[in-house]
Amino acid sequence: MLTRSLIAGLALTFLSGSSFAATEITWWHAMGGELGKKLDEIVAKYNASQDEYKVTAVYKGSYPETMTAAIAAFRAKQQPDIVQVFEVGTGTMMAAKGAIYPVYQLMKDTGATFDPKAFLSAVVGYYTDADGNMLSMPFNSSTPILYYNKDVFKKAGLDPEQPPKTWEDVESYSKKIMSSGAAKCGFTTGWISWVQLENFSAWHNKPIGTLQNGIGGMDAELTVNGDLQVRHWTNLKKWQDEGLFQYGGPAGGNDAPPKFYSQECAIYMNSSASRAGVIANSKDFEVGFGMLPYYSDVQGAPQNSIIGGATLWVLKGHDEAEYKGVADFFSFLSSPEVQADWHQYSGYLPITEAAYKLGQEQGYYAKNPGSDVAIKQITLNPPTDNSKGLRFGNYVQIRDVIDEEFQNLLAGQKSPKDALDSVVTRGNKLIADFRAANG
Amino acid sequence: MQTKRTVFGNRLLPYAFLFPQLAVTVIFFLWPAGQAVIQSFQREDAFGLSTTWVGLANYADLLHDPTYLNSLKVTAIFAPAVTLLSVGLGLVFAVCLDRLVRGSRIYAALLVWPYAVAPAVAGIMWWFLFNPSIGLLPYLLAAVGYRWDHSLQPTDAMILVVIAASWKQVSYNFLFFMAGLQAIPKSMIEAAAIDGAGPVKRFFTIVFPLLSPTTFFLAVINLVYAMFDTFPVIHATTGGNPAQSTNILVYKVFVDGFIGLNLGSSAAQSVVLMAIVVTLTVIQFKWVERKVNY
Repeated sequence: MLTRSLIAGLALTFLSGSSFAATEITWWHAMGGELGKKLDEIVAKYNASQDEYKVTAVYKGSYPETMTAAIAAFRAKQQPDIVQVFEVGTGTMMAAKGAIYPVYQLMKDTGATFDPKAFLSAVVGYYTDADGNMLSMPFNSSTPILYYNKDVFKKAGLDPEQPPKTWEDVESYSKKIMSSGAAKCGFTTGWISWVQLENFSAWHNKPIGTLQNGIGGMDAELTVNGDLQVRHWTNLKKWQDEGLFQYGGPAGGNDAPPKFYSQECAIYMNSSASRAGVIANSKDFEVGFGMLPYYSDVQGAPQNSIIGGATLWVLKGHDEAEYKGVADFFSFLSSPEVQADWHQYSGYLPITEAAYKLGQEQGYYAKNPGSDVAIKQITLNPPTDNSKGLRFGNYVQIRDVIDEEFQNLLAGQKSPKDALDSVVTRGNKLIADFRAANG
Repeated sequence: MQTKRTVFGNRLLPYAFLFPQLAVTVIFFLWPAGQAVIQSFQREDAFGLSTTWVGLANYADLLHDPTYLNSLKVTAIFAPAVTLLSVGLGLVFAVCLDRLVRGSRIYAALLVWPYAVAPAVAGIMWWFLFNPSIGLLPYLLAAVGYRWDHSLQPTDAMILVVIAASWKQVSYNFLFFMAGLQAIPKSMIEAAAIDGAGPVKRFFTIVFPLLSPTTFFLAVINLVYAMFDTFPVIHATTGGNPAQSTNILVYKVFVDGFIGLNLGSSAAQSVVLMAIVVTLTVIQFKWVERKVNY
């Protein structure tokens, strides 16, 4: 009896399901934890808003894991419609012309309303080809900012409302903080590669590679061993020896946040998307926010910082109906309401002007001091060739090379100049390998 | 000599029995291994859109790649160190326990425990214990004046991964040594004791030589373990850092292939690893099956 009614129930479900036959769209992403929950909420909202398409979001692990999974799936012809790829994977995705469906093309083919100018140029610049066409859909973009401990600043006799503006400030504040015993260390940072080399260079309007940091073509080469970069790494080594700076580890720098949360280090540089985490973990003290420091004697600094985070790439090999759905979903994702909500919740940048305006109208920035530092910093000046972003093949490995050479520097095995020279030689070898494999 | 011989009525039946095992071997071992060999002669982009045959170029590149040579060197330190430490400690624990009259079963059970811990969990645990900012051991080491920092100092990092990788393997070795010790006739040891040989002398002249087949077997097994099964430990602790000082061969295959998407080189590296494991297995079969004689 029970089985029979179960079967009847199942049959009914299938029948009713097939009568609506919503087109299924799969989206593989790398947003775990709180961000993943928010993402699921956005997808559910989209699915409820219409019944033609059904988006299924699947969490695939870390950024590299998600990207590798999508590539393996593509080779096995089981690829998702949409995959979220981190910014350093851009070079690899772009070169795979037979595998990706450029977003500008998709929007044109499906006739979706789409205005690339609505997006912040500092964000889109990273993901457009040489002709200015948008290749992927920006979703979560962030930029590094400076966090500081106001309580420690007060204890050290510094003005808690004044974040350090220049590297000279960072040095003198750190010394004061340490000599007064307010904290054990001056500053720490996440992402050596992203914050203390790539963004550092853009912020001072210095190139890290030829051909607009690689955006101009695949023949580009790294040039990160410039005088200013050498000067900065020399200082970081000196400050580490003096205890002013503490290293937080390679890649994202897993050891950096605890140093700031435990009030061991008073200043901390990391992604604006760390904001929610910083606030949640700093219950015992008040956090201040500031822009990245610069060297005051450098002409043209501060310029503007560059982004990190991820965009959504569309993969080839599906039918037209699904792509129509993808275009529709993208329009939904970039709508001011969805963007403003996502940005305010996560600390990622609002990727459209409209989303930023909406936040201003809602009074969000007035209520949450520091929440607009990132967007102000990234739009401080119109991006130059040195500050649009960067694009090199095999950049995922080049980031590892940067970490390794920085470790060599801090361990005293290489001089700053030698370390950065090695980044250039080893990096250029990786770029050449990529060119050979994709030529 | 007694031989067992089963006669099958149907000539196909034995093959039918063999089929599942053969299928598993072919699908899960021969096929992927063959793929790796083929890929090692190719250069290919990540998506498999353009493939070119490059002959032995991937192998030749390895010989000139300083990071690969470094990885060889690192493995040549790491694998013997893990083997020595885990086999040595396993032996020490087994001998200690063998002398114990009371409660030896409890100690034995406790010593076997680590083997049940997943390598990744073990890795995380050691990572916490040794964490420079929140770990217990750096705190204690600081008290004796040593500044522990495995995130920057290659030697510290190597010590960390060797300890983390050896820890759970000690249990395994301990079990084998326990069994080996029980197989040694008590009368022999008693006779030596009556002749006036002290415990140390008895160990080195009787116990250890009689354990040599076990020791040799474990040395090979542990070497293979250290070279191939320690991936989770490295992944959970140092990730090959700092500056590739703990990037052992098997981890480099993963990093180059799965993170870097450099499939040709990664395949060539796994073929080299395959050759090493085949060699070790041959050595093991040749000598261990023949038993070590004295």
